[in-house]
Amino acid sequence: MAGFAAHVVTGLASGGIYALLALGLVLTHRSTRTLNFAQGELATLSAFVCWALTAHGWAFWPAFGVTVLLSFGGGFALHGVVIRPVEGGSPVGVVLLTVGLLLAINGLDAWIWGAGAKHVHDPFSTATVHVAGGALSKQSLWTAGVALAVSLVVGALLARTKLGLGLRAAATSPVEARFAGVPVGALVATAWGLAAAVGAVAGVLASPTFGLEPNMMRTVLLYAFAAALLGGLRSPLAAVVGGFALGVALELLDAYVHWIDGVLRPPVAFALVLTLLLARPGRLVGPERWAA
Amino acid sequence: MTRRMAALPAALLVAAVVLPIVLSDYRTGRLAAVGAYFIAILGLDLLLGRGRQVSLGHGGFMALGAYTTMILVARHGLRDVATIPVAACVAGAAGLVVALPSLRLRGIYFALATFGLAVSIPPLAQKFDGLTGGSTGIAFYGSSHETGSGGSVRLVGLSLSHTQWTYALTWAIAAALFPFAWWVARKRRPTTLLAVASAAYAGVAGSLVAIDLAFFSPNAIPLEVSLYLAAAATLGLYGSIWGALLGAFVVEYLGDLVGQIPRVPASGPGPTTFVFGALLVAFVLARPLVATISRRKLPWRGERS
Repeated sequence: MAGFAAHVVTGLASGGIYALLALGLVLTHRSTRTLNFAQGELATLSAFVCWALTAHGWAFWPAFGVTVLLSFGGGFALHGVVIRPVEGGSPVGVVLLTVGLLLAINGLDAWIWGAGAKHVHDPFSTATVHVAGGALSKQSLWTAGVALAVSLVVGALLARTKLGLGLRAAATSPVEARFAGVPVGALVATAWGLAAAVGAVAGVLASPTFGLEPNMMRTVLLYAFAAALLGGLRSPLAAVVGGFALGVALELLDAYVHWIDGVLRPPVAFALVLTLLLARPGRLVGPERWAA
Repeated sequence: MTRRMAALPAALLVAAVVLPIVLSDYRTGRLAAVGAYFIAILGLDLLLGRGRQVSLGHGGFMALGAYTTMILVARHGLRDVATIPVAACVAGAAGLVVALPSLRLRGIYFALATFGLAVSIPPLAQKFDGLTGGSTGIAFYGSSHETGSGGSVRLVGLSLSHTQWTYALTWAIAAALFPFAWWVARKRRPTTLLAVASAAYAGVAGSLVAIDLAFFSPNAIPLEVSLYLAAAATLGLYGSIWGALLGAFVVEYLGDLVGQIPRVPASGPGPTTFVFGALLVAFVLARPLVATISRRKLPWRGERS
C-alpha cells in the first residue's frame, strides 16, 4: 500500500508536467486553431535558460521567475513574428510552421548547450516525507503542487478576469469580438505568451527528473496532446485533469502491469490518442461550460 | 518540349548511370539513400498536395517497412527483393489504422496521429526484441537471401557491388513509382486512400534502406527523419519533380553543407536541425501554402482533374 501511494505521487509529479504542457496546447489551439508542435521545445528552451541563469550563480527562485517572464515575452513575440502572418491560412501550413519551430529550437538548444544531459541542481529537497508508513518523495510532491497551483492560477485568470473574458471572446468569435472593440490580435498573442510561460514552468519542473537535454520533451509532447484531447483541445480544465490522470495511469501501468516493461509508455499514449480521436474529442467533456 | 528543356533531364540520366561507376561505394550508398528519401517524399507530396494533410511519421512508416524486410529476410529466409511489396502492404495497413480515426475529423489530426506512430516505433521494437533485435537490430549482410552480397549481381554484363546494386534497385523503383504517383494524383481521391498510398511509399523506401544497409535498428531512422521528410516535402511542393528531388538531396546532404560554414561546429546535429527548421519556417512564411498549393506546382505537373 505504501508503494502504491509512492507510485501515485510520482505519477502526479510527471502528470503535472503533462497537465501544464496540455494547458499550453489548449491555449494555442483555442486562439489560433492549430496544433502547436513546438510547445514541448519551447518548454525545453525555457528550462535551458533557467539552468543557464542558475549556472551563472543566480538563486533558483529569481531565475525561475525571470525565465517565466522571458518565456511570456518570447511567446508573445513569436506569435507576432511567425504565427500572425499565416493565421487564417492553410491549417497544414500553420502546423508545418510549428514543426519548423520545433526543429529550429531543438537545433538551437543542441547547438548552444550540447546534446548531452545537463546536471540540474534540484531546487526542491530530495528527502522523503513519511505519511502513513510510506515514504513519499518531497520533490514529487513539490512538482505536483507547483503544477497544480499554476494550473489553478491560469484557470482563475481565464474564468474570472476581464483578460480571460477577452481571451474567450477572441477565441470563440474573433470577428464579432473585433467589432465590439476587443483587441483580438493582442489577446491571441497573449494566449501564446501564456502558453509559453506555462510551458516554461513545465520545463523547469521537468528538468531534474526527466533530464535536461534538447530532446527532453519529445515524447512528453505526445502525452500532453493525449491529455489535451480529453477536452477536445478546447477545455483547459479537462486538459489539466487529463494530464494528472494520464501521469498517474502511466505510472501505475508501469509499476503493476508486468507486460508494459517500463518501455511501452509512448505506444500506450499513441493508442489513447487514436481512441480519443475515434471517440470524437470535444464531446467527451462539455465544451463551453468551464472552458475559457 | 524544346531541345534545351530536354538537355537537363538527359544529362541527369547520364549522370545517374555514370556516377555509381566512378564514385566510391560510400558516396554511391548515400545517393541510394537519396533515392529512398525521394520515394518517401513522393508519398508525402501525394498526401500534402491532394489531401492537404501532412504526416509527421513517415520515418515511422519507413521503419515499419524496414523491419518487415529485415524480419522476413533474417528470420524467415525470404529473398530481400521479394519483401518490398510486403513492406509496402504492412506500412499501408499501418497508414490505414492511423488514418481511419484521424481523417474523419476536420483538422490536422493526421499529423498528430502519425507523430504518435513515429514516437512509438522504437519502444515497440525494444519490447519485441526477440523479433526485431531490440536497440541493436539484426544484420543480414552476406546471408544467402541477400541479392547483392559478394558482387553476385550481374546487370547488362556488368558485375555490380552490393552498393551499386542497391543504388540501381532504389532508383529503378523510384522511377517506377513516380508515374504511379502521377496517376493516383490525376484526379480527386478519398484522403484515406491517399494516406494509405503515402504510407506504402514510405514502406517501400524503408525496405530499400534495410536492403541497402543489410541491417536495421531504431537508430537507423531517428525521429528527426520524420520531421525532415515533412519539411523536405514542403520544399518539394514548390517546383514539380525537381522540388521533390531537391528535398531528398537536402535531407541527405544538408548536414554536410552546414558543416562547411565557417565557425559552425561540424560535429553534432544541432546546427543542421536548426537550419532545417529555419528553412521550413522561412518557406511557409515566404509563400503561404494555401496560395501556392496549386495543381500546377505539384511534383506531377500537368495533370487534369
